[in-house]
Amino acid sequence: VTRRVLDDDMLESLEELMIASDMGVDTALRVSANIAEGRLGRKVSVAEIKEILATEIARVMEPVAKPLPIYPKRPQVVLVVGVNGAGKTTTIGKLASQFRAAGKSVVIAAGDTFRAAAVEQLQVWGDRAGVPVLTAPEGSDPASLAYDALKKAQDEGADLLMIDTAGRLQNRQDLMAELAKIVRVLKKLDESAPHNTVLVLDATTGQNALSQVETFQKLADVSGLVMTKLDGTAKGGVLVALADKFGLPIHAIGVGEQIEDLAPFDPEDFAKALTGL
Amino acid sequence: MFESLSDRLSGVFDRLTKQGALSEDDVKTALREVRVALLEADVSLPVARDFVKRVQEKATGQAVTKSVTPGQQVVKIVHDELVATLTGDEDPGKLKIDNPPAPILMVGLQGGGKTTTTAKLAKRLKDREGKRVLMASLDVYRPAAMHQLEVLGNQIGVDTLPIVEGQKPVDIAKRAKQQATMGGYDVYMLDTAGRLHIDEVLMDEVEQVRNAVTPRETLLVVDGLTGQVAVEVAQEFDDKVGISGVVLTRMDGDGRGGAALSMRAVTGKPIRFVGVGEKTDALETFEPDRIAGRILGM
Ligand SMILES: Nc1nc2c(ncn2[C@@H]2O[C@H](COP(=O)(O)OP(=O)(O)OP(=O)(O)O)[C@@H](O)[C@H]2O)c(=O)[nH]1
Ligand SMILES: Nc1nc2c(ncn2[C@@H]2O[C@H](COP(=O)(O)OP(=O)(O)OP(=O)(O)O)[C@@H](O)[C@H]2O)c(=O)[nH]1
Ligand SMILES: [K+]
Ligand SMILES: [Mg+2]
Ligand SMILES: [Mg+2]
Repeated sequence: VTRRVLDDDMLESLEELMIASDMGVDTALRVSANIAEGRLGRKVSVAEIKEILATEIARVMEPVAKPLPIYPKRPQVVLVVGVNGAGKTTTIGKLASQFRAAGKSVVIAAGDTFRAAAVEQLQVWGDRAGVPVLTAPEGSDPASLAYDALKKAQDEGADLLMIDTAGRLQNRQDLMAELAKIVRVLKKLDESAPHNTVLVLDATTGQNALSQVETFQKLADVSGLVMTKLDGTAKGGVLVALADKFGLPIHAIGVGEQIEDLAPFDPEDFAKALTGL
Repeated sequence: MFESLSDRLSGVFDRLTKQGALSEDDVKTALREVRVALLEADVSLPVARDFVKRVQEKATGQAVTKSVTPGQQVVKIVHDELVATLTGDEDPGKLKIDNPPAPILMVGLQGGGKTTTTAKLAKRLKDREGKRVLMASLDVYRPAAMHQLEVLGNQIGVDTLPIVEGQKPVDIAKRAKQQATMGGYDVYMLDTAGRLHIDEVLMDEVEQVRNAVTPRETLLVVDGLTGQVAVEVAQEFDDKVGISGVVLTRMDGDGRGGAALSMRAVTGKPIRFVGVGEKTDALETFEPDRIAGRILGM
C-alpha cells in the first residue's frame, strides 16, 4: 500500500469527493478541516484517508439516525410533505406496509386532491399494503379530507393515520398556507396532531434541499426526514449539511420502487457509500 | 440562502488594489469565488472546473474598464461565458416534427416531470402550431401512470392511446405508431416510465422503444433542482438512448438551476424548454440569459 503525506492536495481531493456527493462547499470544507487537524504531514494511504472521512461522516450522522417514533397516542397522525415528485406517495405505501407487518392498524388519507390520478396511485399502494385509503374528489379541499379522515380514524380506533399531500415547492406561499390549514383543522380534533410531519427529500436534489428543509420546517413544523432514490448514483451528501444545520431525525431511506424498498437510515452504510468504500 | 457571485466578488475585490489590468492574482482570487458560486448553484464539479478554466483564459490580462469595478467585470465575463455555453445553434422552441406522424420520446429519472411535460408539450403543439397530437403512456410500472396521462389528455383536449392492460412498452409504442399513422396525427408522444440511468434492464427497454419508432425528438426531462448527479444522468441517457434535447422542470422553485449548465456542457444538446409550474400551460421556451442570471444569483 502506498502512503502519501497528507497535504493540501490530498485534502482538496477529499473535498471534491464530498462536493461531488452534494455535501456542499461549506460542509465539505468544515469536514476536511476536522480531518486535517492533527493529521497534516502524517503519512496515509488513500484507503485510510477514506476510512477516516467515513468515520467522521458517520459521527456527524449518528445522532440523527432515528426511526419514525411510535407514540402511545391513537391514532398517531403522520403528515407527509415535500416538493413535487420527491416520493411522498410511494413512501407512504412502503411505510404503511411496514406498520401493517408490525401489527398496527393503519389508515391512509389521499390528501393530494390536485394532481392527475394521485388518488388512484395511492389506492394501488393501499391495496398492496392491505390498508384502507380514504379519498375525496379531485379538486376538493385537502384540509376537509384530513379532518374527515382523522375523525374516521378516531372512530375506528386506528393506530396510525398517514396523510399524503400534494407536492409543493417551498417558495409557493399559497400552497404552504394550504399545509398550515391542514394542520389547523387536524388540531381541532386532536390538539397534539399531527404527531409527525415527515419531509420527503429526493437524493438527486442538490443544494436546494437546504432551502426545502428550512422553509418546510418553519412553515410546517417538520419533525423528521426521509430521503428517497438512494438506489441511484446520487449519494445524498446534502444530508450531512442538513444534519449539521438542522439536526432533524432521518427516519428512513428509499432504495427502490417496490414496497419493500424502504430501509432504516444507517450512518455507517451511508458514510461508506458516500466515500466509495 | 446562498450569496450571489457579485456579493462574493465585491468582498474579494474590496481588498485588492485597482490596477490597469486584471492581474493574474486578481483573476485567481476571483475564480475561486466563481467556482464556489457555481458549485453552490449545483453545477457538477467537472463542468465547473472546465468552465472556470475557460473564464480564466478570457479574463487574464483583460483591461479593467473605468466605468465598472473589477468585480463587476469578472461577473460580466462569467455571465457572457455562461450564456455562450447555454445557447444552442437552433431555436430551442422549434421541435423537429415534420413528416407526420412524428414521434417524440420522453425519458428521464423517476419523478422528474415526464408525464406532466408530455401533456404540456402536447398542449403547446396543439394550441400554437395547430398540430393533431396523440399521447401514449409506456409506463407499465408506476401505479396509475397511464391513467394520469389519460386524465391530463382529457384536461387539455388531446387524445391518448387507449389503455390495454398487460402490453409491453415496445408493443405499446408500436401500437401508438400505428394509430398515429392511421388516425392522421401529426405527432405522437411517448411518455415512458421513470428509470435510473444505471438500470440496465430498463435502459435496454427504452432503447428497444427507440429502435421501434425512431423518434424525431428524444427529450430528457430533468428536475431543475438536480444536484451533482446531473452530469452522469445526462451522459448515460445520451450514450444509451441518444437525446436531442433537455427539458428542465420545477424552475418555478427557488433552485439555482446549475444542472442546465452541467447537462448542456456534457451532452452539447440544447436545453429546449423549462417547466414553471404544475399546470399544463406552465412551460416556457428556454432562455439562456435568464438561467445564467439564476446560476449567478442575480
Ligand atoms: N428509484 C427510486 N424511485 C423512487 C423511490 N421512491 C419513489 N420513487 C419513484 O419516484 C416517482 C415519484 O414518486 P411519488 O411517490 O409519486 O412522488 P410524490 O412525492 O408523491 O409526487 P407528487 O405527489 O407528484 O408530488 C415514482 O416513479 C416512484 O416510483 C426510491 O426510493 N427509488
Ligand atoms: N412545480 C412544478 N411541478 C412540476 C413541474 N413539472 C412537473 N411537476 C410536478 O412534479 C410531479 C411529478 O411529475 P410527473 O409528470 O408525474 O413526473 P414523471 O417524470 O412522469 O414521474 P414518473 O413517471 O414517476 O417517473 C408532479 O407533482 C407534477 O405536478 C414544474 O415545472 N413545476
Ligand atoms: K443529493
Ligand atoms: Mg404523490
Ligand atoms: Mg410519469
